[in-house]
Amino acid sequence: MKELIKKLVETVGPSGYESAVRELVQAEIGALADEMRVDALGNLIARKGAKAEGGMRVMLSAHMDEIGLIATHVDENGFVRFTTIGGVRPHTCIGGRVQFLNGARGLIYMEKPESPDRLPSFEQLYIDVGATSRANCPVKVGDIAAFDRPFVELNGRLVSKAMDDRISVAVMIEALRALKYSPHELYFVFSTQEEVGLRGATTSAYSIDPEIALSVDVTRVGDTPKDIKMEVSLGKGPAVKVRDGGMLSDPRVVRWMVDTAEKAGIPYQLEVLEGGTTDARAIQLTRAGVPVGCMSIPTRYIHSPSEMVDYNDVQQCVRLLVELISAPIQLG
Amino acid sequence: MPELKAFLKQMISLPGLSAYEDPLRAVISEAWRPLVDELSVSKLGSLHGLRRGTGSEPRPRILLAAHMDAIGMMVTRVTPDGLIYFTEIGGVDPRILPSTPVMVHGKRAIPGVVAQPPDRLLPASVKGSPVEMRHLFVDTGLEGPEVNQLVRVGDLISFDTEALDLPGDLVAGHSLDNRASVAALTACLQELSKIRHEWDVYMVATTQEEESLGGAFTSPYEIRPAIAVAVDVTFATGPGVSDYRGHALNKGAMLGWGPNTHPYIFKSIKALTERLDLPHETEVYPRYSGTDAMGMQIVAEGIPSMVVSIPLRYMHTPVEIISIKDVERVGRLLAQYIASLTPDYANQIRWDEA
Amino acid sequence: MSELTPPTIGTAQIALLEKLSNACAVSGDEQQVRKIVMEEIKAHAEDVRVDALGNVLAVRRAQSEGALRVMLAAHMDEIGFMIVDDDKEGLFRFELVGGIDVRVLPGKTVLVGKDNIPGVIGAKPIHLTEDGETGRKIPLESLRIDVGQNGAKIKPGDRATFATRFRQLGPSLVGKALDNRLGVATLIELVKNPPPNVELLAAFTVQEEIGLRGARVAAYACDPDLAIAIDSTPAFDLPAWDESENSAYNTRLGAGPAIYIADAGTLSDPRLVRHLARTAESAAIPFQFRQPGGGGTDAGAIHKVRAGIPSVSVSVPGRYAHTAAIVARLSDWQNTLALVYQSLSNLDRSILSVHR
Repeated sequence: MKELIKKLVETVGPSGYESAVRELVQAEIGALADEMRVDALGNLIARKGAKAEGGMRVMLSAHMDEIGLIATHVDENGFVRFTTIGGVRPHTCIGGRVQFLNGARGLIYMEKPESPDRLPSFEQLYIDVGATSRANCPVKVGDIAAFDRPFVELNGRLVSKAMDDRISVAVMIEALRALKYSPHELYFVFSTQEEVGLRGATTSAYSIDPEIALSVDVTRVGDTPKDIKMEVSLGKGPAVKVRDGGMLSDPRVVRWMVDTAEKAGIPYQLEVLEGGTTDARAIQLTRAGVPVGCMSIPTRYIHSPSEMVDYNDVQQCVRLLVELISAPIQLG
Repeated sequence: MPELKAFLKQMISLPGLSAYEDPLRAVISEAWRPLVDELSVSKLGSLHGLRRGTGSEPRPRILLAAHMDAIGMMVTRVTPDGLIYFTEIGGVDPRILPSTPVMVHGKRAIPGVVAQPPDRLLPASVKGSPVEMRHLFVDTGLEGPEVNQLVRVGDLISFDTEALDLPGDLVAGHSLDNRASVAALTACLQELSKIRHEWDVYMVATTQEEESLGGAFTSPYEIRPAIAVAVDVTFATGPGVSDYRGHALNKGAMLGWGPNTHPYIFKSIKALTERLDLPHETEVYPRYSGTDAMGMQIVAEGIPSMVVSIPLRYMHTPVEIISIKDVERVGRLLAQYIASLTPDYANQIRWDEA
Repeated sequence: MSELTPPTIGTAQIALLEKLSNACAVSGDEQQVRKIVMEEIKAHAEDVRVDALGNVLAVRRAQSEGALRVMLAAHMDEIGFMIVDDDKEGLFRFELVGGIDVRVLPGKTVLVGKDNIPGVIGAKPIHLTEDGETGRKIPLESLRIDVGQNGAKIKPGDRATFATRFRQLGPSLVGKALDNRLGVATLIELVKNPPPNVELLAAFTVQEEIGLRGARVAAYACDPDLAIAIDSTPAFDLPAWDESENSAYNTRLGAGPAIYIADAGTLSDPRLVRHLARTAESAAIPFQFRQPGGGGTDAGAIHKVRAGIPSVSVSVPGRYAHTAAIVARLSDWQNTLALVYQSLSNLDRSILSVHR
């Protein structure tokens, strides 16, 4: 699975421009899905199975897009100004490397700050691609870039850019691979444009009209030095999301997830996240409403070029997801 | 009227935070059951009560929505000593929290009080200033191990302030936003059961208004009404509310005017309040009404919408105040409006004067 | 097959723009512009109706079977004010509707209510200001609209707009609400002279400035194959105060219609962006790319409706957006109309055969 994760996280695919990631996913699951289609916003929707006795139409969603940058101006000396795609913050950019969709590489640096203890704003940052003039700059206005950081393993923990949310994409692919039987009509949705407002989930949920849905996404942890106090940590298993900044999970779905984890002996954590949300929020409000929940993968340093997950957690997430979709769902 | 007040006080004694409205929905169902033809629950948990009209098929539908969810808190962590830290559900001003009685809904309902730590145990910058929610906690009086056995992350915390009867038909308590409107819808149903109406009426107690307008976006998609009316509370004049945004308590219904309101519906209802000699005022809002109408108006191809409000003091505190008379007036107005709807009223709805 | 002439901007079109610009239609109360739109298009379009929010929806059918169904959206509403309280003696407190910089308010003339009653937003005489006071913003709560003796004709709930009169000044068009009367005028022309090979679903939308609300329900009703929002966008193309290079110009006046790659609400469908740019190049229509980031158009709501609608926006640049007077170039407007028309004329289903 680590090879799959490495391939996924090292692909360039910011919001709105996910086709390279989609092609990778299609290659991985092509033989496994009963039906695959790509919709108007680039979502990859893969159907597996049909509804049997006690089955439901279930939607699972992990987003393919990562946060990134888009060029707004190339100055006469070939320096590139940019704005952000999704939640990028200045302090994770300075000195960092980027790769554009067209292959050009560069680094981000900053103008001399007004005062040494103030963080620069994005207007004060620029990308240096090694060009010397506008004419020989390989980048033009509108070109798209992502952070450029290789995947690395540290003592059983995996670090890379775009763990948010390629790790969930990997979990969904592995769950599909490991699935032996399900009574449900399953829709594995590899969604687009989550980071800019859950846009892919909104439209894919409308077309599927599921009876129940789970998003699979990363969540914060509280186990690093002097950070926010949060009860989710690395190494304690998948997190069952009760609430985040945009959504309250359906209590029946939370109960179902907790009961399933307990019955299968899978460690889990209960998650309340203040700030941040996932595809589940958009799916919940589709058409006449959808009971939703979210399985979260605990992650450190989210939205930095070095996001960290625990490999055991990831494997437990795959297990839990398979357990959830292998049996009839009693929402009660 | 004593019945209505008793029903309202019963509702506000129950928890029913956004997405967790089950206990309240059960009580509303019981009250509505004898007054409607069909009761159902939406996929997200809104309560739909259908009262069929007497007109011939196909009958047009009107939807009246009052959100049943209330604000409160949710447990974020429990310390080994049994101190319970929390986050908000809906908008909670942390300044009203210290010393507030609450109920923690763990394995059982556990009473507690919100504690404000002394300044000497907080960052120096806090000294004398209101304490942020992240430093407040609930003290249940129980020992650490017992609390940890009963309470966990994600459990709910609701206000537990007892309701008060005040002279002048006033009621003070928590969750009057928006149970007062649910009571108004119930009063409307009671009046409808005594008069004729041609249209089908969907009474909806919506879920999750305080968080996401969840019920507002989803119930109309299922019901597809020709008109949607949001019944909510609005600001009453009093301490902290002294400009145009506040209206007097016990002076009748507030009729909403602004972009979420269809002018034709507004004018029909205003004319009716004048005909019935019911006290009322127009409440203008330049951009958003802050009610379920924001969601209902833009469902599918769009729905002509209206906002009718009950003035309320100290909104989003455990000591909200409303006038029972205002609740009755709104219920009566809505019933009479529904009774006035002719089968072709929907075709007459238009934006502009000819 | 009849030869339809591509629409152009002449004196009649400019006169219509003047009428539209001078009309008052604040978000939520678009009646004055809706009336003009209905008058202009009712003789030309097949189905014209006003929906639950006040959008005007019209269809021009294609001349062939199975044609691409294209939604064109232009918002009728402008930023403005709502009267919220009567202070008596002709003075009224007001709130903003849409994003207006409060610094442009003091000392302006306004029109109030459906009878366009004239008024002013006054300011304290400079003689009576204290040291440093002229460096501080006047808070909105202390401003009032003063209509003198006409107070009885106005009530809370009435809307008001700036009172700017439209003028043509050399190559420029100057008026209030050119965002988005330019778009409305463009769409009216396209309804009168549609390209024959597509089914044109015209949506003159409401409440764009307060959350793209009309566009959302209009798109649900139209259910098109793809959509183009026609709007106006700021041109910040003036010199910086210290004469450093202006790298945040957004668009430039005179450089042609601005094609959107990305704004705060939409990541334009790259297939449509490519199509518009290639059309402009081969038809020799000047164009520019709007700098990515910030702002938004009706496309922000449209592309997320139902199962998703490939969308892009094209705008006429205008200086001093969201103030009492916008300055735009006639040539930019002409080229925007030409670009949209030409792009639709050579559009067919094959554009959607490649995935986004």
